[in-house]
Formats: sequence, structure tokens, C-alpha cells
Amino acid sequence: MANYLLNLDPNHQFYCLVGGVAILLLIASSIGWVLKSRLNQQPNPSERSRKTIDNLVVRVNAWWVMLAVLVVAFLGGTLGTVVLFGAISYFALREFITLTPTRTGDHRTLSLAFFLLIPLQYYLIYIEWYALFTILIPVYAFLLMPCISVLAQDTEHFLERAAKIQWGVMIAIYCISHAPALLLLKIPNYDEHNTLLLFYFLLIVQLSDVLQYVFGNLFGKTKVAPIVSPNKTLEGLIGGGLSAVCVGALLWWITPFTPLQSAGMAAVIVIMGFLGGLVMSAIKRSLGAKDWGNMIEGHGGMLDRMDSVSFAAPIFFHLVRYFFTA
Amino acid sequence: MLSNVVRVSLIGLVKLLIGAHPRWIEAAPDLRQTPAQSIYFTNHSSHLDTWALWVALPAVMRARTRPVAAKDYWGNGVIKPFIALKVLNAVLIEREASRHRDPLAPLLAALAEGDSLIIFPEGTRRAQAEPGDFKGGLFHLAEAFPAVKLVPVYLDTLHRSMPKGSWLPVPLICTVRFGRAMALQANEHKKVFLNRAREAILKLI
Repeated sequence: MANYLLNLDPNHQFYCLVGGVAILLLIASSIGWVLKSRLNQQPNPSERSRKTIDNLVVRVNAWWVMLAVLVVAFLGGTLGTVVLFGAISYFALREFITLTPTRTGDHRTLSLAFFLLIPLQYYLIYIEWYALFTILIPVYAFLLMPCISVLAQDTEHFLERAAKIQWGVMIAIYCISHAPALLLLKIPNYDEHNTLLLFYFLLIVQLSDVLQYVFGNLFGKTKVAPIVSPNKTLEGLIGGGLSAVCVGALLWWITPFTPLQSAGMAAVIVIMGFLGGLVMSAIKRSLGAKDWGNMIEGHGGMLDRMDSVSFAAPIFFHLVRYFFTA
Repeated sequence: MLSNVVRVSLIGLVKLLIGAHPRWIEAAPDLRQTPAQSIYFTNHSSHLDTWALWVALPAVMRARTRPVAAKDYWGNGVIKPFIALKVLNAVLIEREASRHRDPLAPLLAALAEGDSLIIFPEGTRRAQAEPGDFKGGLFHLAEAFPAVKLVPVYLDTLHRSMPKGSWLPVPLICTVRFGRAMALQANEHKKVFLNRAREAILKLI
């Protein structure tokens, strides 16, 4: 089985993966239907279980849409993928800045962040200019954005405003852009299969989130950080995290890793994703909101779905780059 | 044909830029029934205000809702009148009151035809999140058409998206909050009514 999958050409491997995810979603949808019809047969169903099941159904439906969008983008090649992640960064930054108290003096800086920085960062991935991609935001945007703001001569909360804008830009553009940047890595003996590596990364991050939610709902007792994120439990983290690591190991055949290395990489992705979820939740709460937005039904906003991606992507990218590129 | 294409594209663009999600403070309107004729009045802080409110309305209601826009701005050239009249189906009014004509006449005519209106009772854009003092127009319309619902609306982020004087917007999610409909009360004094209407918007903040 493993040898068969390993020897498939990358296109067929890609279709196998998409098919696998579709089967998982089909199972999830069926569970949703069964639970719903069972609930409807009960004489007086509790409001809480109805809400949980309804939320499960809309979440799974949103996953179908997300899978479809991802597959279409991947079929569009590097350009399609870069455009998709550019759009994700745009919506993520829009959510971040909406909740961040900025002032009129930041207006020009913010316009440029949306309409210049996002296209530029993703263009650099497209033309594979790694050196500038990696310093554009930490060096140039970091220095030039406050230079533009300062021209408005509004000193009220200047440091806080500059810092918050920088944070939003780092998370929503810089960090998220490291996922599609996997496409520009030149990995020996893995030529041009990088789309599979990106698929692997996204699958582990999102599966880890989903499995933590499932394990948490089924067995969750001990809250990890009740103040920051009341839904995260130790049982969810361990059960979901370990399952995601197992899936990572089983998927080694689409990566440049050995099974053991693949498990290790998945573990890093799971841990960074978990911590990213916590940090972004704390930021959200400090800005006085429960969800980042309401773009993706059942999930909240774009950033609610991308919080773990933004923390895991740069670390995964650099681990691969350091250990697996020439 | 062309106006339909432009309309659909502009609605898509507005959603891409500012979301323009409606939130109904009371129950959302029942779209199976003919929508009640209404005057939506809202705070004015940017060029995006009309678009946000208009896009946030459900399509059936949008079809019978006409924004009110200034003739001196929207009446000049080729593109602006096309967008105002063909795409938005706006009612254009003179901002400068003239001695010869009632500036509210086009609005009264639109209401008489059964259309709903979007108006900015402050008359001009402001930099702040809170609306300024209201001008008398809303009162005169309410007086002339007592059966038309007066719906307060608050637009939350647009003073940051496109403040006066800026030419490039910042894309922020705008939630369009529709409040509880109000009506002019019997013998209500103009000032009292206008204050009450302004308070109705402030309550939505």
C-alpha cells in the first residue's frame, strides 16, 4: 500500500489526498445527519445539544466549501495558490484592523498595508525572491509604516498604534504567507512536489484543530487556559494532538520526510498551532471580542480559522528550509 | 443591461471592501411579505455610507430603496450621473436651499410613489463616530408621510474606512445596525423629534 502510494505521480497523490479528505467530510456529514435525525425523534431535545449539533453541521458544511476553494486554487498552480493566500491575508488583516483602535493619522499607512504590502509580499513568493520576501515586513514595513503615520503628526497613543498595526501585519500577512512560501523551497529528490507539502501542512494544522475540538467535546474535563480560551482542554489537546501526529506519520509518503521525521514535524505543527490559537484568543479578548468576524459560518472569522496556521507556518517553513533544502 | 452589470459588480466590490453585514436589532424583516415603506436615516461620515446601507439591505428591499444624494456632486459629468441615476436609482437634491423651490420636493415625490429612502439627516460628513445635530428634513418628511416607517441605522467603522479628505479606503468590516422603527408623535415639536431620532442612532452604538 505505502509503496503503491509512494510511486504514484504527484498529481495522483494529490487526488488521493483530496479524496481522503472528502471521505472524512462525508463521514462527518453523515454523523451530523444521524445525530440531527436522532435528536428530532426525541420527545424534548435539550437546547444545548441542538445547538452543538447545528454548529457541527454548519462547521462541516463550511469545510466542504474550504476544501473546494483550496482544490480550485491548487489546480491554478503557483499563481492560484498565491492569489488564494493573498485573499486570506487580506480578509485576516481586515478582521484584525477592524477590532484594533486606530486613528485618522494611521489611514494612509493602513491603506498601503492592504493595497501595497499584501500584493508585494505575495508577488515576491511568485517570483521566488526569497531574500526580500523574508525581510520585507520585519525590516522595511516595520520602519516605513511609522514613518508614514508620523507625517500626520498625531502623537496620541503613537507607540500603541504603531505596535498594533505591526502586529496585525506580521500575523495576517507575514506569518500566513509562509504557508504558500513552501512552494519556493528547492528540496532535493522532491522536485516540484511542493504543493503536496503545503497540503500536508494545512491538513495537519486543521486536522489538529478539528480533532482537539472533537476529543475536547467527547472527553474534555481539564481546562488548559479557562480565561483565555474556555473550549481548550487537556484531554482535547493530548487526544487530538496525538491523533494528528499519527496522521502526520502515516502521510510521510507525500513529504520529503521519513515516517519518524514526519511525526516530528507534525508534532511541531500541532504544538505551534495550539499555542497560536491561545495567543490569538488572548489578543481577541484584549480587543473585546469573542470572534474575529463571521465570514465562515460556524467557525467565526477568517482569523479564527487561520490563527494556528499563522503560528505554525513560519516555524514549519524554516525547519524544512534548514534541514531539507540544499 | 450595462447598469445591471455595473450594479452587481459594485455590490461585490463593496462587500469585498467593507463587508456591509446587516444586523437587525429587532427581528429581521420577513422577506415573504411586501417590505414596509421606510425612511432609513443614518450617521454620515464617509463616501461609503450610502453603499454600505444599500448593499446591506436584502435584494427585494434594495430594489425599492433610493439613496438621496447631492445634485452638485452626482449631477456632473458622465459616470457620476450614470451611477447615481441608473445604478443606485438615487434621488438627487439641491444642497443649497433656494427661494423658488422646496429642496425636499424630489423626496416627497419619491415617497408618494411608494419608494423607500436612505437619508443623512446631518446633511454633511463628520469625522466622528457619533452623529452631529440633525437638520429639519427628516421632520418634514415624517410630517408629510406619517405612515412611512422611520428606521434608525448606525454605520460603525466607516469614519475610519474613508474619513473626509482621503482618496483610498481602508478595508474594515462595517456592520450595518438597523434599529427599532420609530414614528413622529402627535403634536411632537420639531426639535424634540429630531433629538429623539438622533438618540435612536446613538442607542445603536
